[in-house]
Amino acid sequence: MKAKLAMLAVSAAIAATGSTTVLAQAKEQFFPVLSYRTGAYAPNGIPFANGYVDYLKLVNARDGGINGVKITFEECETGYATDRGVECYERLKGKGPTGATAFHPLSTGITFAVTDKSFVDKIPIITFGYGRADSVDGTVFGWNFPLGGTYWDAADMLVQHIGKKEGGLDKLKGKKIALVYHDSPYGKEPIALLEERKKMHGYDLILLPVTHPGVEQKATWLQIRQQRPDYVFLWGWGVMNSTSIKEAVATGYPREKMYGVWWSGAEPDVTPAGDGAKGYNSLVFMAPAGMGQVHKDMVKHVYDKGQGTGKKEELGQVLYNRGMVGAMMTVEAVRRAQVKYGKKPLKGEEVRWGLENLSIDAAAIKKLGFEGFMAPISTSCVDHHGGSQAGIHTWDGKQWVIEKGTLLKADSTILKPMIRASAEKYAAEKKIVKRDCAKEAG
Amino acid sequence: MFYRENGQFKSTYASDQQMLPILQDRVFMAGLLVVAFGVVPMLASDYLFLSLLIPFLILALAAIGLNLLVGYCGQISIGHAAFMAVGAYAAYNLVLHVPQLSFLVVLVLAGLIAAAVGMLFGIPSLRIKGLYLAVATLGAQFFMDWLFARVKWFTNYAHSGSVQTSPVELFGWTIDTPHEKYVFLLAVLILFTVIARNLVRGHIGRAWMAMRDMDVAAEVIGIRPVYAKLSAFAVSSFYVGVAGALWGFVHLGSWEPLAFNLTLSLNLLFMIIIGGMGSILGSFFGAAFIVVLPILLNQLPQMLGIPMSTAMVSHLEFMIFGALIVFFLIVEPHGLARLWAIGKEKLRLWPFPH
Repeated sequence: MKAKLAMLAVSAAIAATGSTTVLAQAKEQFFPVLSYRTGAYAPNGIPFANGYVDYLKLVNARDGGINGVKITFEECETGYATDRGVECYERLKGKGPTGATAFHPLSTGITFAVTDKSFVDKIPIITFGYGRADSVDGTVFGWNFPLGGTYWDAADMLVQHIGKKEGGLDKLKGKKIALVYHDSPYGKEPIALLEERKKMHGYDLILLPVTHPGVEQKATWLQIRQQRPDYVFLWGWGVMNSTSIKEAVATGYPREKMYGVWWSGAEPDVTPAGDGAKGYNSLVFMAPAGMGQVHKDMVKHVYDKGQGTGKKEELGQVLYNRGMVGAMMTVEAVRRAQVKYGKKPLKGEEVRWGLENLSIDAAAIKKLGFEGFMAPISTSCVDHHGGSQAGIHTWDGKQWVIEKGTLLKADSTILKPMIRASAEKYAAEKKIVKRDCAKEAG
Repeated sequence: MFYRENGQFKSTYASDQQMLPILQDRVFMAGLLVVAFGVVPMLASDYLFLSLLIPFLILALAAIGLNLLVGYCGQISIGHAAFMAVGAYAAYNLVLHVPQLSFLVVLVLAGLIAAAVGMLFGIPSLRIKGLYLAVATLGAQFFMDWLFARVKWFTNYAHSGSVQTSPVELFGWTIDTPHEKYVFLLAVLILFTVIARNLVRGHIGRAWMAMRDMDVAAEVIGIRPVYAKLSAFAVSSFYVGVAGALWGFVHLGSWEPLAFNLTLSLNLLFMIIIGGMGSILGSFFGAAFIVVLPILLNQLPQMLGIPMSTAMVSHLEFMIFGALIVFFLIVEPHGLARLWAIGKEKLRLWPFPH
């Protein structure tokens, strides 16, 4: 029933596809939604998609769209599978009066696949907190926007954090860090950074891949029992996260020594492990758990009218909030682009300008009702990620508690050369002509 | 009435041996080619090309390859996605390290490398058959998955294990639009189909089929099992390797080892089982069934205007797809190609069946 209204909006959009003349005049901005509500990753995919879709509904219900331009959207189920994700991308990219606004692939594998296509289709790919770490470089990756952080940022922050705990990064020498990762581009992304840091600090890195979908980890945790690493970094998604925590309980590995990436620190990850998850930590960026002004609006304009996508009780969960932030940043990018191109439906290319000139400062965050849920970001043509910072939160058995006073920032002196080298390599392999940002600005 | 070979006499060996002995078939095939080359590129949208036609063409090629081995030679393999992976990574490394090579040469070399690997994993077939062989080929699948995920050299030390390729170039022609990709793949597929069709009706194909029907009897009449089985593995892997290279370069553009996992192997196997074992035509039907049907089912509720959540649609897709597989296997265990053949038989007698 809940989904019925969403689908009504969708079918209205489809019904409109029949007559292009009507569409050209319709003041509608089409948002494609790649989601996964089925399969092994559904526990995490559902709250994110709900948050994303709900925010779009909220903008329509509360503000009447973006400056009068109504938002339409359509969901497509990817099941976290790359091939279906690409199919969804192809299916949705041309819908709406001006085509898709921007894609959130919500899978690093799909991001890799559609990055190639973005150069031809000219539609931005927003991968906030995931995707290719080297796509920060806007001169090569003209259409990727890893807003607010990449896995290299995340890995760097985690190393810094445990360095601080040990009393200095030099104390990491001889320590053992195990990376338990999803054996896909997602899980492999941080390895390069961890190897780089390993050369600097001399810790031991144990790489423990877990194959999709991640429910079988006995062998992985047997190795952890044998090798007794000082810290475990968890780079999982979906059922893999909760399985890891359960295995840690079974192995007797202290949860306090476990640090997850920001995708391994939501409610569905810890609740299946029950009390055993107490003490488990993870990074948190862009939307910790909790309720703010925007949630009040959400309840008032969407849920009280019976138009919510998910359950009302799930409002304020980590992934739900992150989905909302994702939608918000996209909406704000459109709003920014409207300043330049006018208050009408915009093409992907125009939205990119908005994304490249996006500046959401503390005042804007407060105005949008997201105070406390995100850090300010400011992007440019060269820098597609706009600054990254994150905190650490710990599961106390009932809720996520943010560690006070911990604000982590990646060390750009380490990251910048890595990003440049990797982006150069990509440009060479794909024979991409680099953009000249100075010229475009003029 | 119309589909009848009455009055078509064969007076030369050449006319007796042609691939399509009936005039109506030749006319139909010519018409089909005209449509495929002339009409489809004009009508199809980008979505149709990229999501349906291109995967269909490549997987049809892979299915033909697998059919040569399983359908014609009777050696089961559930590791053929691994040979696709070999083709794809071989092509990737050839382009990377020897950029001067033309893509056609790369394609052939990738196929040959896959053939060599396929022969290697075909060696157990000399001793074991049936399900035991299936398990041995499964080993190929897991070994290749491991190799391409763990040995960094194959992926040019990409930090996430994902490789990228630039658009294919042939004699100054850059194949990057969906339309060009389609035409290129169609040409490759037709070439390989003609070769396969001729292989299976020549002495090599007959040796394979003899081996499939009864290996002891085949050996008695003078067919060497080593030669027959390994050649089947080699040719099959060659086809699949070429398909893998095309899958990587033309369809995906960038891929991870997961792109060639066990699911793909099983899908290939389902294609030939549903399409029809030991039938080239069946490979096409099977590929169409497996590639097109799920996507169609996924969009059907929307096309009909039935409001339904995306989760519900995906669940229904799985259920209906599974039910259809069972349905077709019960109605015609020999596959869709057999249904087609029955239809043709009936058409010959129409409108006056006995």
